[in-house]
Amino acid sequence: MSIPQTQDAIIDEFSLLDGDMEMTVFYIMELGQKLPDIKESDRTEDNIVKGCQSKVWMMARLENDKIYFEADSNTAITKGLVSLLIRIFNGQSPDVILNADLYFMKKIGMERFIGTQRSNGFAAMIKQMKFYALAFKTQKEIAS
Amino acid sequence: MNTPAAIELNLEKIRKQFPVLHQQVNGNPLVYLDNAATNQKPKRVIDALTRYYEHDNANIHRGIHTLAERATKAYEETRHTMQRFINAKHVEEIIFTRGVTESINLGSSSYGRAFVKAGDEIIISGMEHHSNIVPWQLICEEKGAIIKVIPLSEVGELDLDAYQKLLSGKTKVVAVNHASNSLGSINPIKEIIDLAHQVGAVVLIDGAQSSAHLPIDVQALDCDFYCISSHKMYGPTGTGILYGKKELLEKMPPYMGGGEMIKDVTFEKTTYNDLPYKFEAGTPNIADVVALNEAILFINELGKENIANHEAELLSYAAKKLSSIPSVRLIGTAREKVSVQLFVIDGIHHFDIGQMLDTRGIAVRTGHHCTQPLMERYGIEGTVRASFSVYNTKEEIDLLAEGVERIVKFLK
Repeated sequence: MSIPQTQDAIIDEFSLLDGDMEMTVFYIMELGQKLPDIKESDRTEDNIVKGCQSKVWMMARLENDKIYFEADSNTAITKGLVSLLIRIFNGQSPDVILNADLYFMKKIGMERFIGTQRSNGFAAMIKQMKFYALAFKTQKEIAS
Repeated sequence: MNTPAAIELNLEKIRKQFPVLHQQVNGNPLVYLDNAATNQKPKRVIDALTRYYEHDNANIHRGIHTLAERATKAYEETRHTMQRFINAKHVEEIIFTRGVTESINLGSSSYGRAFVKAGDEIIISGMEHHSNIVPWQLICEEKGAIIKVIPLSEVGELDLDAYQKLLSGKTKVVAVNHASNSLGSINPIKEIIDLAHQVGAVVLIDGAQSSAHLPIDVQALDCDFYCISSHKMYGPTGTGILYGKKELLEKMPPYMGGGEMIKDVTFEKTTYNDLPYKFEAGTPNIADVVALNEAILFINELGKENIANHEAELLSYAAKKLSSIPSVRLIGTAREKVSVQLFVIDGIHHFDIGQMLDTRGIAVRTGHHCTQPLMERYGIEGTVRASFSVYNTKEEIDLLAEGVERIVKFLK
């Protein structure tokens, strides 16, 4: 699936919740519960995404020019939020991730149900993922 | 202080006076349980602010025109009301500040600069807000003095035996809160003050959490400094007071320089104004001070004892309701408490609980409540805090408990 296709699917799924705040937050937590926990040994200071109020640990690896992310959080809602980003970005190339335009947050009215602080944290997660993409891209360019 | 006899408060009538309470949040009626952070304002306080700006706004003290006269009178009236509210001996012992944080900084900085020396000791408690820790650390760093901390028990009560052992001839200042913003514990400040005075130390009381809930008589307490926040007692944000004993304040150097605090200025030498103006440099927060008067009158009319009785009932009801929910653990169960209850749910992060409750229109606080050393004492990162005010109801606590129960059921 392309990044816009995944985003559209997410928008469709959220529209079923009909703007019910409580159901939406429960749904996000449920998504978080489905995301596998990372190993305790990976919950390091180095893997922490800076700028989030909750703790978010994130790692990335490159396989066949595609990036795969793993992440975890100490709060259920944040874990659900990062799971959405993983769903969108996993298996995409560094270039595609770097150029991706994320519009689903606005469409599902994310700021309304997670508040400004968490929205800032969410932006920090996206920045971190794009940063990984840039690092992999640069690594490849230097190698070639 | 004239307090009306103990009466059952008319909650419906009280709630009507608070416009902000009558709204829907996320499709539900607002349940405001974040009162320890700031409580809501009755219409008369809001009206006083509007009235001041619509009719009386002028800079105070130096003007000779009618508006300046009216503004000055209104500003000074609050000082007199506050004097009576805390039973200060002299009206000039009431200094207006931006709030408790500034009051403590003024006290620590001015008193500390003049009287604290290298090797002196300052005693605080293990349940202080960062505002009553950091200002003392600053003065200790500057002077080479040392901070000592009174430990607390598991339920959240200060260990007075340990406190007595900390006191010595080296103790210069004891700074503790009247009531903890996190645990809600009411500290035995009279005893703390008397013991400190026996070794010649001065005592500063952080009254941020007590001013709306507990009777305060600074003369009976014999405290040297007492700090009060306006916005935690139905008044506007951005103002508070530092009460200080006159003889101490007179010996202390000014905290800030500027207009109002001077008598005469030449380039060579400035002589300072009398109390309280020596400590009120610059144009003060006139409008908010004026409106604070109405907040004090509001409390006086209801009667602090009546407010405290109602809040105590809410607190014990909340403690009972919350502790009956599986996995909920209450933190802070001292015998004497103001209406603040911390709780954690093992395995569920406090942010998630706060966010979920917000979807139901329930406002609580989550985090470390500016008491990180205290959280460390309990081995936790943060908690949920529900805090109650005079306008809260048992029905609202039922809604809180219902919300918490739902989260536990979902996430466990």
